[in-house]
Amino acid sequence: MTLMKSLLGAAASLALTAGAALAEPALIFDLGGKFDKSFNEAAFNGAERWAKETGGSFLEVELQSEAQREQALRRFAEAGANPVITTGFAFADPVNAVAGDYPDTKFVNIDGWLPEIPENVLLISFQEHQGSYLVGMLAAMASKTGTIGFVGGMDIPLIRHFGCGYAQGAKAVNPDIKIVANMTGTTPAAWNDPVKGSELTKAQISQGADVVYAAAGGTGVGVLQTAADEGIYSIGVDSNQNYLHPGSVLTSMLKRVDVAVYETMKSGTDVGTGSEVLGLAEDGVGYALDENNEKLITPEMKEKVDQARQDIIDGKINVVSYYENDSCPALSF
Amino acid sequence: MDFLTIIQVLDSTIRLSTPLLLACLAGLFSERAGIFDIGLEGKMLAAAFFSAAIAAVTGSVWLGLLAGTVASLVLSGLHGLASITFRGNQLISGVAINFLAAGMTVLVAQDWFQQGGRTPSLIGGGRFSPLTLPFAEALRDVPLLGPIYYELISGHSILVYVAFLCVPATWWVLYRTRFGLRLRAVGENPAAVDTAGVSVVGMRYAAVAICGLLCGIAGAYLATALQAGFVKDMTAGRGYIALAALIFAKWRPWQSMGACLLFGLLQAVALRYQNIQLGDFVIPVQVMDALPYILTVVILAGFVGKAIPPRAGGEPYVKER
Repeated sequence: MTLMKSLLGAAASLALTAGAALAEPALIFDLGGKFDKSFNEAAFNGAERWAKETGGSFLEVELQSEAQREQALRRFAEAGANPVITTGFAFADPVNAVAGDYPDTKFVNIDGWLPEIPENVLLISFQEHQGSYLVGMLAAMASKTGTIGFVGGMDIPLIRHFGCGYAQGAKAVNPDIKIVANMTGTTPAAWNDPVKGSELTKAQISQGADVVYAAAGGTGVGVLQTAADEGIYSIGVDSNQNYLHPGSVLTSMLKRVDVAVYETMKSGTDVGTGSEVLGLAEDGVGYALDENNEKLITPEMKEKVDQARQDIIDGKINVVSYYENDSCPALSF
Repeated sequence: MDFLTIIQVLDSTIRLSTPLLLACLAGLFSERAGIFDIGLEGKMLAAAFFSAAIAAVTGSVWLGLLAGTVASLVLSGLHGLASITFRGNQLISGVAINFLAAGMTVLVAQDWFQQGGRTPSLIGGGRFSPLTLPFAEALRDVPLLGPIYYELISGHSILVYVAFLCVPATWWVLYRTRFGLRLRAVGENPAAVDTAGVSVVGMRYAAVAICGLLCGIAGAYLATALQAGFVKDMTAGRGYIALAALIFAKWRPWQSMGACLLFGLLQAVALRYQNIQLGDFVIPVQVMDALPYILTVVILAGFVGKAIPPRAGGEPYVKER
């Protein structure tokens, strides 16, 4: 339905703007869906903010299956959309395949990685391990049992990257802390299985965990719900999820996909190419503090975490990335 | 592995088995009457959505359960209409129901609640709360039996007990009543049933309706007991695992319970211990996730006994003129 609407919209806008240089940006959401309360929703919020501020409009489509990736890219490129923004690591290869055929269109991908980046492609990535390091510290400080949990979505290097930073942060506060890490599954269905998320959380609680960090898209909804039911803390991811269960969600690891999308749309066709890495210094990642969790984060906790944030920016603390040698010094998966 | 851990894994097994068991029994009724039902997944999904949606709007989980069951019955009716009355292909009708449910739930949810294809979180009376069975608190400290009774048997939602009571009920209906005999006969040799003056169409519709009822309870259990709301595609393939369990159990009720508990146990173990270390070998979690399907294939291939489906299954009944 959405695809149809967008394609019709794309066709209509092509007809209207044919020959004109004015190009609309396009945004393609990954399989998690536009309203996953997390990663894709953040991208949507960034685009909405741009649309509101500039009065511009953008094309969008939500993918329904793997097979639509290249098709959606080509449709938007042919409709004259520029830049074409895609969310999710799985778009890197389709973008690579399509980019050469549309040299005048700029393609942007968030989270992806390519060995060689074509001339008209921008890859934006985030230092998730740095943000996860900070929430890991908070988890370790909030834990009374000395055991904390991590629930990942689909078992991919990106999610291990999250878990790895989290474990390092927790160990920096308490070297003896026990970290229970679980992945929901190995297929894309793992992003949308809250029942399994609940069971994993219960299993972690029975192993002593009293803070659980969910980096699992829609599955995280089940994790946060169970944590609230069982009276333990949880940590949200990507978007600010503190409001979902005030008093139970300790904090959220923010990944400012919204900022990345907003900035890209603002630059429009002049957007740079190559690769861009957003970390703590650029406020690309961070932890969420608002009225829903201000009682849970004591001034000392905040002070320690803010100190660590500064130290990471200054290079005094080195958070090891999982990608460096495909393994984690603080956690085995 | 200590005693308490075993109890916790078994407790998780019961929670995970319940939706499988309800869906499996639903499939049992339908397939025993000769109507293959690949649409268990879709019916559960629709029931999950409507139970959560109505429970969220009214604040009553019982109205939610009713709405979920009705939604599932409507889809069952569609399946019956297509495959019994119009003699269509049962597999295609089932697949269509799965697609219909997957799309419709998200669409309606977005229209009603504007939360991106979800329902609002259910609170208070909008959810099934755990039942504490009589004497559970008192017996809690008794060694061995105490934890088994308190942790494992007590403390589930009422739908769990309903699901497990459905097993003997199904056995009794199928093997000890006239209705059950006719239902099984309709799946084996509908012409004979017709000759005896019993309506084949009526029997098959009754079976499909029971199937819809049980799927409705399974979906409501997922959305209002295990979870606190509906999320897109939340059944996550449980309908298909239930079908696998049905074949694994060779279309028999008690064995269905065994198969569902086994598959639930496999899931629970996989969730608790991601990679299992056995001496020098490591069993990756993927193997545990795939085991239900592997076991089913082994059964179907005839290595362990033979799985023979009801003889008239999948064929629409055409009366001779």
